[in-house]
Amino acid sequence: MNASHVHTENAYRSLSETTELDDPRWAFGTGIVEEEGAELSSPVPSGVDATDLAAYCLMLGDDALVLQHRLSEWVANAPELEEEVALANIALDLLGQARVLLGRAGHLLGSDEDDLAYLRTENEFRNVRLVEPSDELDFAHCIARLLLFSTWRLALLQRLQQSADPVLAAVAAKGVKEVAYHRDYAVRWTLRLGDGTAHSHERMQAGLVAVWPYYDELFRSTEIECRVGVDPAGLRAEVDDVLDQVLAAATLERPTIPGAFTVGGRAGREGLHTEKLGLVLAELQSIARQHPGATW
Amino acid sequence: MSLVSGDSRQSDYPHSRGVVAGVVDPEMPMLTLDDLGVIRSVSEDGGAVTVTITPTYSGCPAVEEMRADIRRALTAAGYEEVQVRTVFSPAWSTDWISDAGRRKLAEAGIAPPGPAPTGPVVLNLAPPAGPSAHVRCPHCGAPATEEISRFGPTACTALRRCPACREPFEHMKEM
Repeated sequence: MNASHVHTENAYRSLSETTELDDPRWAFGTGIVEEEGAELSSPVPSGVDATDLAAYCLMLGDDALVLQHRLSEWVANAPELEEEVALANIALDLLGQARVLLGRAGHLLGSDEDDLAYLRTENEFRNVRLVEPSDELDFAHCIARLLLFSTWRLALLQRLQQSADPVLAAVAAKGVKEVAYHRDYAVRWTLRLGDGTAHSHERMQAGLVAVWPYYDELFRSTEIECRVGVDPAGLRAEVDDVLDQVLAAATLERPTIPGAFTVGGRAGREGLHTEKLGLVLAELQSIARQHPGATW
Repeated sequence: MSLVSGDSRQSDYPHSRGVVAGVVDPEMPMLTLDDLGVIRSVSEDGGAVTVTITPTYSGCPAVEEMRADIRRALTAAGYEEVQVRTVFSPAWSTDWISDAGRRKLAEAGIAPPGPAPTGPVVLNLAPPAGPSAHVRCPHCGAPATEEISRFGPTACTALRRCPACREPFEHMKEM
């Protein structure tokens, strides 16, 4: 093979070409090794506890990992091809964010992104519970969750850009650009459905009601978040304000449903989850657990 | 046609830089990685080359292919030790796409991006606008086109359509 042959005229052919120069590929992802992800092995900033930092990376990484799985369930199920492509793209952005965050946690914990994604059990996940339940392939329910999640995550990542940790700061700076598109997508659909027909309005309102029990938890502070990241309590005013504007323009009502309960003061960030997380992990992890270390 | 004469083996522009610059993007093969603006640095130390690239999007699946293609091209050019590193900061921007890259995109029917947004993220509550003049049709040149979907076949493109020639096309989103 010579240099002029390398890319070929056809982009798709090069994807299936393999040579002796290729690395073996992971069956479950490509695995960001530290040599490649140059920033993942950055030193821990002074005054920051490495265990805290790893735990925080898992929180934000797990939020993205679990929601991207739920969004990916729409592939081959969306009402229109354009929405299917959009949801898959949003899922892909979140998966990318999750990989870097889990990669950073893996570096700090002596593990790696694949083991963290595929070999932890439910109570080791640190995501908020909003991302766990199935939306039952109800599009309005999907949009309602995405509206809450992306509005909250955008506010969070905007502040996280100032993080002393170079990986968190980099994920945040890149993530802000991506999640801005996600929020815009969710806002547009919320307006279109809420201020659409009587039926679409009713469905969109029902979607909000379905996800609202998990709203309060987004602003619940834990000590780790306050020490090494962004205190989520400080996001509430901004997120409330954005949602109020969107819901008013969409002629929707803000639900007045109490937040899902905690148990002994524990919620998603402490590993207390809904039973729905188990179903996500069963699907997400089954191949990796059946074929440990497989490559293709 | 290049007007540069002589070879490119200068200390500030090593030969390997040229090899890497000519590798094409796996998803948009009309662009080289240099056109796309994802190459952050190329350094040579003896026969060893270290290349640093940045992904366009966090989850861009093409990054693995880019890395493999860079390794292949450098190995084929005689470099024995090749390391390709990925950095996320500073975040890639469509402003880094070269003028040549913008021309090639338009020639391939993909509307190039306008200037990347700066400042706070805007909350847009306006109803969907009709055709807008910020993206010109890459097929017929009509000045105003309309968006079909924010998300296109690759992470970095949106879908639009031209009301004049009625053709759909991709638009590289400002990022």
